[in-house]
Amino acid sequence: MKAVLFGASKGMGRALARLMAARGDRLFLIGRATDDLERSARDLEIRGAPAPVKTAYCDLLAPESFAPALDQAERELQGFDTVVVTAGLFATQEELENDPQLAARVLAADFTGTVLFCEEARKRLLAVGGGTLCVFSSVAGERGRKPVILYGAAKAGLSQYLEGLDHKFRARGLRTVCVKPGFVKTGMTAGLKPPPFAGQPEAVARRVLRAIDRGRPEVYTPAAWRGVMCIIRNLPRFIMRKIEF
Amino acid sequence: MTLQPHRSKLTGWGRFPVVDGLVLKSENLPAAAERATLSRGLGRSYGDSSLPAGADLPVADATLADRLLGFDPASGMLRAEAGASLFELNRVFLRRGWFVPVSPGTQFVTLGGMTASDVHGKNHHVDGCFGEHVRGLKLRLADGRIVECSDTCEPELFRATIGGMGLTGHVLEVEFPMRPIPSPWIWGESRRIEDLDLMVAGLKEAAREWPMTVGWIDCLARGAKLGRGILMKGRWARPDEAPEKPPPRKRRFRVPIQFPGIALCKPNMKAFNLAYYWKHIQRVRRGILHPDAFFYPLDALDDWNLIYGRRGFTQYQCVLPHADGNGPARRFLERFVSAGGMGFLCVIKDFGAEGKGMLSFPRPGMSIAMDFPIHPTKTPTLVDRLNELVIAEGGRIYLTKDTFTRPEHFRAMEPRLEAFNAVRRRWDPEVRIRSAQSVRLLGDPA
Ligand SMILES: Cc1cc2nc3c(=O)[nH]c(=O)nc-3n(C[C@H](O)[C@H](O)[C@H](O)COP(=O)(O)OP(=O)(O)OC[C@H]3O[C@@H](n4cnc5c(N)ncnc54)[C@H](O)[C@@H]3O)c2cc1C
Ligand SMILES: NC(=O)c1ccc[n+]([C@@H]2O[C@H](COP(=O)([O-])OP(=O)(O)OC[C@H]3O[C@@H](n4cnc5c(N)ncnc54)[C@H](OP(=O)(O)O)[C@@H]3O)[C@@H](O)[C@H]2O)c1
Repeated sequence: MKAVLFGASKGMGRALARLMAARGDRLFLIGRATDDLERSARDLEIRGAPAPVKTAYCDLLAPESFAPALDQAERELQGFDTVVVTAGLFATQEELENDPQLAARVLAADFTGTVLFCEEARKRLLAVGGGTLCVFSSVAGERGRKPVILYGAAKAGLSQYLEGLDHKFRARGLRTVCVKPGFVKTGMTAGLKPPPFAGQPEAVARRVLRAIDRGRPEVYTPAAWRGVMCIIRNLPRFIMRKIEF
Repeated sequence: MTLQPHRSKLTGWGRFPVVDGLVLKSENLPAAAERATLSRGLGRSYGDSSLPAGADLPVADATLADRLLGFDPASGMLRAEAGASLFELNRVFLRRGWFVPVSPGTQFVTLGGMTASDVHGKNHHVDGCFGEHVRGLKLRLADGRIVECSDTCEPELFRATIGGMGLTGHVLEVEFPMRPIPSPWIWGESRRIEDLDLMVAGLKEAAREWPMTVGWIDCLARGAKLGRGILMKGRWARPDEAPEKPPPRKRRFRVPIQFPGIALCKPNMKAFNLAYYWKHIQRVRRGILHPDAFFYPLDALDDWNLIYGRRGFTQYQCVLPHADGNGPARRFLERFVSAGGMGFLCVIKDFGAEGKGMLSFPRPGMSIAMDFPIHPTKTPTLVDRLNELVIAEGGRIYLTKDTFTRPEHFRAMEPRLEAFNAVRRRWDPEVRIRSAQSVRLLGDPA
C-alpha cells in the first residue's frame, strides 16, 4: 500500500500510521507542523515503514496548501493508492459558544477544509483508476445533540459528503471509508470525562485498518457505538430535548 | 487548540495517597512540561513520587510523547521520547533481537520513569541500573530552558537526574543502547529453597554464573522456615535451544472490580504464599520460558492493584549492606514479622555496585521488597520500625516505592542528600519542580 496520511502526528492517526508502518506500507505524512512531522516520520521508519518517510506542509485551514502537498506526495511515492485523513479540530460546545472565532476555525477545518482536501485527493485517486479515501468523521454527526451542536454539524456535513462520494464513485474504483469514532481516549479528549465504551486509539486503528483493507464504506469504532447511535438516531425529539447526551 | 489542564484523580500504583490533580496531557511534552511542576509516566511508582505537591500545581503526563526518534541497527543506540513505554519497546524490538539493557519487573513503565527512578532488574549484579546505560538526556528545566546532558555535558545535572525522582527537570528524551539478544526466549532454572541461609547463599552463588537472578520469599513462614522460597535464574536462550517462533503475545486478564478489604485477611495471604511455594512441587525446574513470564509475571493481570481494596497498599523496599553475611536479611524479616507485618509478595535480590545516579537506590547488599495492604495506623508504625532497622544496618530505602517514611529517617539513611540538594538548588533555586514526595521527605514547600 502507498498511503498519504494527513494528521498522523497525533492520536488515532499516529496509531493507525504505526500499524501501517509495522506491515511495511509506504507512507507520506502531511500536516501543519513540519518539524514535528519529521519526528513522526523517524518513529514510523523505526517501526518498519520503508525509509525515507517524507513529509509536506498541509493545513486544514489553508486550502491553498492541499494541492501542493498531494503533488509532492505523488512525486515522492511515485503515485499513491490510499489517502487517510485523521486531521481534525475539536472544542467543547461551551468553548465554541463563547468564542466565535474558535467556532469559525472548527467549522472551517472540520467541514470546508476537510471536504476541499478530499476533493483534491479524490481527483488524484480517480485519475489513476481509483483507490481508498478514508476520512475520520464522528458519531457527533449522526444527530443534533446538546453537547456537540457546532462540531457535530460540521461532522454531519462531512459524513453526508463522504456518503455521496461513495455512491457516485465506487463503481469507478474510489472506495470511500467514513470512520465514525465514538469517544476515544486521545489528547483531543484528555479533558473530558470518558463515557462507557470509551475506546483506545490502538484498538480503533486495528478496526479502521481492517475496514480500509476491505473497503467498507462506513465504520463505527469502538464497535459498541453502532448500537448506541442506532438508538440515538431513533429517539423521539421530546426525549432528545430532555437528555444531556 | 492551546493545551488545557484538566482535573483528574491521581495516585501511584498503591492507590494511596490520592490527589485531585491538574494534568497536562499532550503528545507535545515540551509544551506540557513548560507549564508543569512535575512530570509523570505510567504511575507504576507505588507511593507519592509521581504526585504533584499540591492540587493546583499542574503535572505533565508524558505517556502520549512516545515516539522513537532514532535507532542505529549497527550499535543498537536508541533515542526516544520520554513517554515511550517498555511495553512498546518490547513489542517493536524483541522479535528483531534487541532488548533494553535493564528492565524492571513490569513493562508498563516509561523511559522517563525508568530514568527518574534509575530502575534495576534481575541483572543488577552484572549490569547495574538503567542509568548506567543512558548516554544522554534532553531535559526541560524549571526555568523553561531545554538542555541536553550526559557524562560530558552538564555531568552533575545528568547524575542528579538519574534516580532523581523527577526533581531536577522534565525528561523529554532518553538515549541509550539496546542490547542484542541471541533469541527472544529465556532459558530459566528455578529451585525451591528451604530457608533464608540457603536463599542468600543460593543468590550469591547463582550471581557468579547467571546474568539474571531473583528470589521470592514466603513472608509468612517463621522459625526454621523463615526465608524459604523460590530462587529463579535465567539467561537469554541460544538460538539452538529456543523455539523457532517468536514469543506469542500473552493474553492479559483484567481485575474487574476493587476487592473488599477482607480479601486480604491473614488466612488468604497465608494460602497465597503457601500455594506459590508448593506450586513449585519439584525441587528444581528448568527450561524455556516466555520472556513475559520471566520478566513480568504480574503484568498478566491488568489492574491487579485493585485486589488490595479501597485503602490501597504500599511496598517497602530497602537494601541492606552485606557486611556480615545473611545476618541483616534475617534481622529484617524477623523485625517484619515481629512488628506485625503481613505481606503478599516478597522479593529478594543481591545488588551489584552502586551506580552514577546521585540518589540512585541500589548499592552492594541484599535488597528486600514486600507489598502489604495499608492500615491507617499500623502501616506507618510498621514502616517506622523497618526504617529504624535499615538505618541501624546502614542501608536505605527505594523512593519510588515509598509512601510513609519520615523525613528524619530518610536523612539518616541518605548522606548523599546534601550533594543532590545542592545540584537541585543550582538549577531550580525557586524549587518550582517538586512532588508530594519531595514535600514530605525533602522539606519542599507544599
Ligand atoms: C509490578 C511492579 C514491578 C516493579 N518492579 C521493579 C523492579 O524490578 N525494579 C525497579 O527498579 N522498579 C520496579 N518497579 C517500580 C517502577 O519501575 C518505577 O516506579 C518506575 O519509575 C515507574 O515508571 P513510570 O513510567 O510508571 O513512572 P511514574 O510512576 O509515573 O513516575 C515515577 C517517578 O518518575 C518521575 N518521572 C516519570 N516520568 C518523568 C519524566 N518524563 N521526566 C521527569 N521525571 C519523570 C516521576 O516524577 C516520579 O518521581 C515496579 C513497579 C511495579 C508496579
Ligand atoms: N477522540 C475522539 O473521541 C474522537 C471522536 C470522534 C471523532 N474524532 C475525530 O477523529 C479524528 C482524529 O481524532 P484524534 O482524537 O486522533 O485527534 P488528535 O489526537 O487531536 O489529532 C488530531 C490531528 O489533527 C491534526 N490537525 C488539527 N488541526 C489541524 C489543521 N488545522 N491542519 C492540519 N492538521 C490539523 C493534528 O496535527 P498537529 O500535530 O499539527 O496538532 C493531529 O495530528 C478527528 O477528525 C476527530 O474529530 C475523534
